[in-house]
Amino acid sequence: MTHTMPDSRGHFEQFGGIFVPEALQAAIHELAEVFEAAIHDEVFLAELRDLQLHYAGRPSLLTFAERFSEHCGRARILLKREDLNHTGSHKINNVLGQALLTKRMGKTRIIAETGAGQHGVATATVAALMGLECRVYMGRMDTERQALNVARMQLLGAEVVAVEAGSATLKDAMNEAMRDWVTNVADTHYMIGTASGPHPFPKMVREFQRVLSTETRAQCLEQYGRLPDAVCACVGGGSNAIGMFADFIDSPEVALHGFEAAGDGLQTGRHAASITGGSQGVLHGTRTFILQDDDGQTVESHSISAGLDYPGVGPEHALLAVKGRAIYEPVTDAEAMDAFKLLCRTEGIMPAIESAHALAGARRLALRLAATSPQLSPLLVVCLSGRGDKDVDTAMKWFGIDGVADATTGAFA
Amino acid sequence: MNIDPRLGITGHVLTRAKQQNRSALIGFLPVGYPTVSGSLDAMKALVEGEGIGVDIVEIGMPYSDPMMDGLAIQHATTRALQRGVRIADVFTAVETVAAAGAVPMVMIYWNLVERHGVEAFARDLANAGGAGLITPDLIPEEAEQWVGVSDVHGLDRVFLIAPSSTDERIAMTMAACRGWVYATSVMGVTGARATTSAAAPVIVERARAIDPSIPVGVGLGVSDGDQAAEVGSFADAVIVGSALVKCLIEAERRGSNDMGGLRRLVSDLAAGVRRTN
Repeated sequence: MTHTMPDSRGHFEQFGGIFVPEALQAAIHELAEVFEAAIHDEVFLAELRDLQLHYAGRPSLLTFAERFSEHCGRARILLKREDLNHTGSHKINNVLGQALLTKRMGKTRIIAETGAGQHGVATATVAALMGLECRVYMGRMDTERQALNVARMQLLGAEVVAVEAGSATLKDAMNEAMRDWVTNVADTHYMIGTASGPHPFPKMVREFQRVLSTETRAQCLEQYGRLPDAVCACVGGGSNAIGMFADFIDSPEVALHGFEAAGDGLQTGRHAASITGGSQGVLHGTRTFILQDDDGQTVESHSISAGLDYPGVGPEHALLAVKGRAIYEPVTDAEAMDAFKLLCRTEGIMPAIESAHALAGARRLALRLAATSPQLSPLLVVCLSGRGDKDVDTAMKWFGIDGVADATTGAFA
Repeated sequence: MNIDPRLGITGHVLTRAKQQNRSALIGFLPVGYPTVSGSLDAMKALVEGEGIGVDIVEIGMPYSDPMMDGLAIQHATTRALQRGVRIADVFTAVETVAAAGAVPMVMIYWNLVERHGVEAFARDLANAGGAGLITPDLIPEEAEQWVGVSDVHGLDRVFLIAPSSTDERIAMTMAACRGWVYATSVMGVTGARATTSAAAPVIVERARAIDPSIPVGVGLGVSDGDQAAEVGSFADAVIVGSALVKCLIEAERRGSNDMGGLRRLVSDLAAGVRRTN
């Protein structure tokens, strides 16, 4: 399926496509052509591999989480350590590829949208590396929740623009970036960070994130002599998940599990679970599952994780879901934060809250397997898509930690 | 008389204007701003002006994620949504415009049509007296269902072309249109500009050379009668949106529901397209 999808106009059967204004068609066609040529060009691929190796720090480790696994029935949990990449998440994989494409197209300016700030930071990073002008659009609400990342982008030389429109979150930042792109398309590349948007973005982001599953597959075979029984990833727009699934899609013995942000719970309506709690529609240039009301107006999403707080999902995930090739389940804020704490305390690894959704889902899956198939000792890989440093403020509020020392010593009372 | 079926309903409005040695005037307003009933009054004012008004009203349905809209229209549509505008209101607006004596079209982002059901939307639009749809984020390649359904209901379908469009895409897009084709004259989102774009006459020329049987409307940037006259000198229709919406925003900021400013601008624009030669 991976190798034939999407078709030349970006359709993953009934999903995907190009639903953007005519003014962008020329840029989209140029991008698709340059991309298709590049991924078959050894010079391009060598340049990308060199950056992955000597700049991003690839390959990322596959770590056996032994003490975390003790809380997961009979499963062995392996962590794909994207948190160890330069800039602290999987987002660097995609931006390195797209930045090289930008240079091939002779464009000098990149724009991006960001929610949590990880894609924005990654974009600002490659802009600095390659000498490109950079502007990042971020919902005003997100600039407040993620002030540290705003500063990081500014330190890297990017201009950060807060978006007041609509709900002032990631989806509105995407609208604003699209408007900028329509206006400045001659010299500007829009570096979409997620596996959604109009064709060729879903395919392009998958191909630049495919390295996750290519490495995992090889590492698993080398270290354990077999493929994993299941691969788990969090799904917002779905870029780490599609990269983590890509090389396993044609291996039916490997189960694929995506975990969506259920926020306060699906039944509350305050969630970001587009597949498990949404319906088919068109958003940001693609037909997929989205959160919408009866009229088709986009409904605001809710998640403790800014990176998953998006009311749509990549079109390939929509197809994998309806085909049953991948299983998508919701994970609440509370479940994710429990897993966040558990990984901190058992492994000394602080995950991004996004990734904590995958950890919580994997643990639930492992416990379910232990109950239904107690004879199995399943091998589960979880994509640890990013590190949690950016989430310390959120975690302090959630756990009621005030940052004050537990005790004082050294003073004569 | 040209009875080319590709002119549909609205293409004939444009060719009739041409027979009067002028271009047609198309005015955009969103339903639901300042309120649903206020927007219906504003659309009537658009049709009437101060004696002369628009030929076609482009009724915008507010959308949560309006990729093509500039700040003025976003300001209005965001408030319209906050104030509870619904899809059903767009059909009421269509009836209002038709009753006022102009031709109603609807400008709508595609998800809203799909959610209503493409077939149901076409039926409801036709029943209300609507002439067709302008679809800013739907390109002909994705419009297979809409093309079929609009044929069944006799509705016009207006797609967009841009300065960056290749000749092949202009030909393909115009072949898919019925009524007229919407040429965006500047690369960018909607919004009144001090000067209209030098790209506008070029894109109109290109479109005419490729497919002379479909009239060309030019939008994005016109804000007064002089600009309307300028654009009208080379285009079959002049489309005005943000400048009209700004009249309503200014009225609301003054705490007034007076349509005088809107009527004056409409008549200035209508006189502008009549100055063309």
